[in-house]
Amino acid sequence: MATAEHPVDLAVIGAGPAGLAASITASEAGLSVLVLDMAERIGGQYWRHQQDETTERGDRSHRHGWSTFVGLRTSFDAHVRAGRIAHRASHTVWSVERAGALFRVHAIGGERDRLRYLAHARAVLVATGAHDRQLPFPGWTLPGVMAGGGAQSLLKGSGVAPGRRAVVAGTGPFLLPVADTLLMAGVNVVEVVEANAPLRMLGAPAAIPAGLVKLPEAAGYARRLREHRVRVSTAQAVVAASGQERLSAVTVARVDERWRVVAGTEREVRCDLLTVGFGFTPQVELALAAGCETGIGSDGSLVVSTDSAGRTSVPGVYAAGETTGVGGADLALLEGRLCGAAVIQDLRGGAATGRGGRAGVGERIERRARRRALEARRRSLLSFAAAVNGVFSIKPGWEEWLDPETLICRCEEVPYARIRTALDELGAGDARTVKLLARPGMGLCQGRICGAAVARLVASRRTAGEAGSGASVGFSLASGAAQEDLIALSRRPLGSPVPLSHLAAFDTRIPPAADPPGPGKAGDRPDPVKCGDPPDAGGAGDPPDPGEADAGPTLGECGV
Amino acid sequence: MQHYSRVGAAFDAIVIGAGVVGACCAHYLSAAGASVAVLDRGWVAGGTTGAGEGNILVSDKQPGAELELALLSNRLWRELGSQLGEAIELELKGGLVVAASASALEALQSLARAQRACGVETVPVAGPELAESEPHISARLCGGILYPEDMQVQPMLAAAHLLAAARRRGAELRTGCEVTEISRGSDGRVTGVRTSAGSFSAPVVVNAAGTWGGAVAALAGSALPILPRRGFIVVTEPLEPLIRHKVYTAEYVANVASSDEGLEVSTVVEGTRAGTVLIGATRERVGFDRSVSWEAIGRIVAGAITVFPFLAEARALRTYSGFRPYCPDHLPVIGPDPRVPGLIHACGHEGAGIGLAAASGLVVAQLATGRPTELPLHPFAVDRFDEMSVRG
Repeated sequence: MATAEHPVDLAVIGAGPAGLAASITASEAGLSVLVLDMAERIGGQYWRHQQDETTERGDRSHRHGWSTFVGLRTSFDAHVRAGRIAHRASHTVWSVERAGALFRVHAIGGERDRLRYLAHARAVLVATGAHDRQLPFPGWTLPGVMAGGGAQSLLKGSGVAPGRRAVVAGTGPFLLPVADTLLMAGVNVVEVVEANAPLRMLGAPAAIPAGLVKLPEAAGYARRLREHRVRVSTAQAVVAASGQERLSAVTVARVDERWRVVAGTEREVRCDLLTVGFGFTPQVELALAAGCETGIGSDGSLVVSTDSAGRTSVPGVYAAGETTGVGGADLALLEGRLCGAAVIQDLRGGAATGRGGRAGVGERIERRARRRALEARRRSLLSFAAAVNGVFSIKPGWEEWLDPETLICRCEEVPYARIRTALDELGAGDARTVKLLARPGMGLCQGRICGAAVARLVASRRTAGEAGSGASVGFSLASGAAQEDLIALSRRPLGSPVPLSHLAAFDTRIPPAADPPGPGKAGDRPDPVKCGDPPDAGGAGDPPDPGEADAGPTLGECGV
Repeated sequence: MQHYSRVGAAFDAIVIGAGVVGACCAHYLSAAGASVAVLDRGWVAGGTTGAGEGNILVSDKQPGAELELALLSNRLWRELGSQLGEAIELELKGGLVVAASASALEALQSLARAQRACGVETVPVAGPELAESEPHISARLCGGILYPEDMQVQPMLAAAHLLAAARRRGAELRTGCEVTEISRGSDGRVTGVRTSAGSFSAPVVVNAAGTWGGAVAALAGSALPILPRRGFIVVTEPLEPLIRHKVYTAEYVANVASSDEGLEVSTVVEGTRAGTVLIGATRERVGFDRSVSWEAIGRIVAGAITVFPFLAEARALRTYSGFRPYCPDHLPVIGPDPRVPGLIHACGHEGAGIGLAAASGLVVAQLATGRPTELPLHPFAVDRFDEMSVRG
């Protein structure tokens, strides 16, 4: 399936809200769709669930939008059964590259990534979502300190409670669902510590994000926190974690509007679990490697730039959901639908319609009205997200929480002092040079964890240097990271670690392990695929089995 | 970093390029008492230095001028290593060149004999004894030569610490400062440079701009035939230290000396302090194209697995590319430009820039301060290309 001779119309990377919505939309119009996802089950981080929750009777009362997910899953499964969507679960895409008129999508999967998988597609949607954005502070590497999203996926995915007495800290609306998930799992959440002061905004009505206080999800969470008598502190931060072998307490302090500690306000809170989260970092590396232009999102993250329908700067490559800016599941669903429609339009030259038929004038008008309504809704959700991101932005004072020995990059064990040496003494002034001289972001995670922090350290140093050379003094408010620094820390030609044996297989002098079937040879111009063709070269009605090794002509699965 | 506002100030020498060659020039110039400004349009070590493996090799040099330069550089790097200490991660690890066939081994042995006559230390290793030098090496290899003098350095740290040492002696480092003009007096002599951050005056300007050395020469009305020759490196996850030497196959020497435009691949494998294994080396003349070629990467990785089978199980974390500054005869350009009095070139070192940087910096400092050079520089002269074109 999805070979150079029989490419799919659309390869969707990521089966979260955006990816699911796009694949269903495209599939309904008759496009052949391949969905690749790292998880065993569809749903993404947002709807991550255990096997037993997939039954209709499972306890999902705590899951927001679960009925939406059940609806999506029903359609998705129907398309899979009909052979219109092929679902590759437990596969990690590590590269998307252009190959003539098509894209090659390289993935690995299976135990210890021993399975090598290559698909060809006419269009690719990068819907890889986002991961927790971290800021380091003294003690953050102690066992018992976790990313908020990490703790939540652990609970959603395995039901394992990672502690008994928890503090939930950081900034952003996501602190609430994390606390909620912990409460539901029977964890004693002693305090939620929000570094920003969203209520301060009430004093300045113009700055109140429209709808923030009306958010029904937030209301539900707040009620449950009250029921469990969870203390909620704002304008305070966990500025240190302590413990011998593992976490036993955190230091909470009042912070000013720039997140500088207000001296004398420090207090200790005992806990064996601390979850921290400072928003999210979109996973943009696949789009970046494919050559897509990026920008800075309303939360200060590097995001893939798209038009209102998810088209990136590279024709044929699309992005939707959190990869284009963190805005929540509703926005991701909407963007997925818009993007699916855009792919249909682009591949069919404007005739997006159901199952291969031609659209009449009335239908076209109706469809345009529908799209405009979706776009208007998207704009409203985007401005809401921007307002929320504005309230919960990262402030520069967090750098003052750091000790010289605080690790910034835990993979390479790079302390704060070494980064300062690179910046202050060795002539580094951008993230790339800091990486080369001090090695943050060079380890296993390739900067996913430390990237946001390193980019900010570089930016604040650069701002201070500029201020020092000019007449003005004082701390600059420009706390955001620069795009070039974020790019340097997000550029990963290998989207994930790849076994060398897989890379060696690109050596064309070595005969492929599996004898290439089929009449065409790699490199031949592929035949255009008729619209409505099933994605599987094996023929209509054959449900693709994600677990099975299906050798493609150019590359077989080479499970050792 | 401090940026003093000494724009317009006079220096004894201006070095263009804050890579490893520029850093060595600044180091030896300032050590000789000269006042120096190092200018770079980027940050330190941002060009080819930042994409290198840190090779300090004598093993891959054919007997002749470049080998002499490499031997001098090797000695100087040892001195620098003891001066700068651990910070530059200099490792006297030695190089092991291996041959997969009897004919390749024969060619390698004859090269080694010629190198030995020039003073290179060479230790022949028979096939069965390879495992004593490298316990995890493939048993299928025919044999090789051990070069105990080969070394490795962390090139970015070396450049940064050499520049820091020069700055402690008063040298000035200006990053984010692009040279837009090389100023000349009415007698044609260099008088300084104009940059995006003001003018600097000096009677000597050193072109240490590496792969971009041709563009800098053009600013002075001169010309250098330096072209980019792309290389990829694959970096593995941190592993147990299983590879002791810099290990490469005998084809590497042939490819270094080749001028082919197409993809040339030889196998170079080595471990780093950080535990990662670096795998190279490809050579392609494709301009400044950074797009990834899985074909090229597949070939070096396949080669590395042939030499070290255990690597098949390791995972690659990242790949990156760099652009070697390539001259048609593979020799660097080191010496005064007869067309532009006061302009000294030290660029075009192709893949040997880290290794040859120390000797290049020393002779540049000697030239700039009017002392005799440690080595005759005519093989590296700028005008050799004029002769080539006349002959051609």
